[in-house]
Amino acid sequence: MRVGAVITRIFQQMRRDKRTLALLFVAPLMVLSLMYFIFGSDDKELTLVVSDVPTPIIQQLEQSDFHIVVQSNFSQALLKEKAYDGWLTMIDQTAKLTLLNDTPANAKALMMKLSQALQPTQATTITLKTNYIYGDAETTSFDIFSPMLIGFFVFFFVFLITGIALLKERTSGTLERLLATPIKRAEIVAGYMLGYGLFALIQTIVIVLFSIYVLDIVHVGSIWLVLLINVAVACVSLSLGALLSSFAASEFQMMQFIPLVIVPQVFFSGIFPLDTMAQWLQYLGRIMPLYYAADALNGVMYKGNSFGDIAMNLSILACFALVFIILNIISLRKYRSL
Amino acid sequence: MVISLRAIEKSFQHKQVIAPLSLEIPQGQLIGLLGPSGCGKTTLIKMIMGMMKPDNGQIYVFNKTVPHQQLLTDIGYMAQSDALYTDLTGEENLQFFAKLYRLPKKERTERVAYTAQLVRLSDDLNRKVETYSGGMKRRLSLAIALIQNPTLLLLDEPTVGIDPLLKVDIWQELLRLKNEEQKTILVTTHAMDEAEKCDQLAMLRDGQMIAYDTPQALKARYQAKDFDEVFIKAGGRTQ
Ligand SMILES: Nc1ncnc2c1ncn2[C@@H]1O[C@H](COP(=O)(O)OP(=O)(O)OP(=O)(O)O)[C@@H](O)[C@H]1O
Ligand SMILES: [Mg+2]
Repeated sequence: MRVGAVITRIFQQMRRDKRTLALLFVAPLMVLSLMYFIFGSDDKELTLVVSDVPTPIIQQLEQSDFHIVVQSNFSQALLKEKAYDGWLTMIDQTAKLTLLNDTPANAKALMMKLSQALQPTQATTITLKTNYIYGDAETTSFDIFSPMLIGFFVFFFVFLITGIALLKERTSGTLERLLATPIKRAEIVAGYMLGYGLFALIQTIVIVLFSIYVLDIVHVGSIWLVLLINVAVACVSLSLGALLSSFAASEFQMMQFIPLVIVPQVFFSGIFPLDTMAQWLQYLGRIMPLYYAADALNGVMYKGNSFGDIAMNLSILACFALVFIILNIISLRKYRSL
Repeated sequence: MVISLRAIEKSFQHKQVIAPLSLEIPQGQLIGLLGPSGCGKTTLIKMIMGMMKPDNGQIYVFNKTVPHQQLLTDIGYMAQSDALYTDLTGEENLQFFAKLYRLPKKERTERVAYTAQLVRLSDDLNRKVETYSGGMKRRLSLAIALIQNPTLLLLDEPTVGIDPLLKVDIWQELLRLKNEEQKTILVTTHAMDEAEKCDQLAMLRDGQMIAYDTPQALKARYQAKDFDEVFIKAGGRTQ
């Protein structure tokens, strides 16, 4: 019941704090959408330059919505200059495709469309050789890092909101006052975890559904697993935010944890390829909760991993949360030893 | 004895705030804790409440060693600075604390209404605390200290910022709680008219107890007409 009292109080406070509610629910969706439009302008008409390509194939390509520019004597330099999306040449049965790849999403779309267009009618198969002006085939796009982005937003916003809420409770003296009542330290932590946890859960559901159904982020695995991973992420960031708030004396100091705690985690969550990093950097990544979250999310959303495949990642996340929760309970000793 | 302090000491960063200090407070008494600013009154109250650990010595409340879970229910505490949830209404604040003491729903509603009426806040209960004046916040803190009907009250400057009329009411209530319900009350104060209403006064200076007696006896000892004079003389300025 004491835990219930804390939860009720958090609800009453949150209900009145429209700004925080907006930050929790609207801000992640806005940023996600913005990134989606920046990285993946799906419906753009793709321009393809063709040199020495047989007419039937050109006709075929025109049918599949390419904007075709026929030009012999074309070169990579020209492609760069004109900023067309790709350049196709054919010698015998070998097609050579040069992709500008300034926007990886466009390059991927072009490749997919091209192979679809070339495949079905051709009796003799055409081998397609691809090279890139910018980047390479491994260049990530929104689709590639969107799963970790979902995890990141859940982590970031939950961290910020619980951290600051608990900090306010510390600086206003209400936490100390609370410990002059019979409430146990574990009950305070439980109340906080459950109260803010419920908001974090709703936020997670909103972000996941929005990403999958509105932004249409590619996913092959189960949406329930995606939710489960993000709930684990929310628990970790909730307990970490609460814990770090005890090392901050003001909201401003709480914000200083963002470059220290949040930003480095982004580097290890799959935007940059991990296997090319120095060994010690790879080990460093292992202490970051988002590393495991991103790994699990990528596994589920791209490779269609099952629960068994991500169980390890999930249990590591659970361990993080558990350790942070225990540290929270211990840190409250500062106010009262009981 | 309700409270017994045995040679407790406390230092902050090598600065001795409470020198070895012993004090016994019997049941049903209203004790005033007096002393210049920074002499250690708040520190002493917090240690009795179990929110701060003395470096040395023992504290017993109701014959239990502090800190003790049961004592947190038996003691009503009012901090020197208001610690309220300003984004909640007065009623929500009272309800929240009442729930922490596990009061049943019916009793909770009764206690909320009773304590609010006591501090004359009944009409403002549905307003957010951030719209309260300083004195109203102080009164709400007092209502919270009384919410679970505790047998011992530790009040750290309860009447600061409260107008004289209401102050009289509050003191009447404190005296009633003491006389009719045999509650033990420890208050710190800087107001000398309040000091005179106490049964016993403990005077602190630099963490030492320089006097513990009835107001009349203290006046006689320092040959003072009123209490301001006692305070000044005890403070050592004119001696
Ligand atoms: N957390 C702390 N850290 C360091 N010093 C402290 C701390 N709390 C109190 N002090 C010091 O202890 C001394 C006593 O403080 P305390 O708050 O008990 O005084 P007080 O008698 O309540 O004063 P006032 O009448 O102004 O409320 C002061 O000198 C204060 O600076
Ligand atoms: Mg004080």
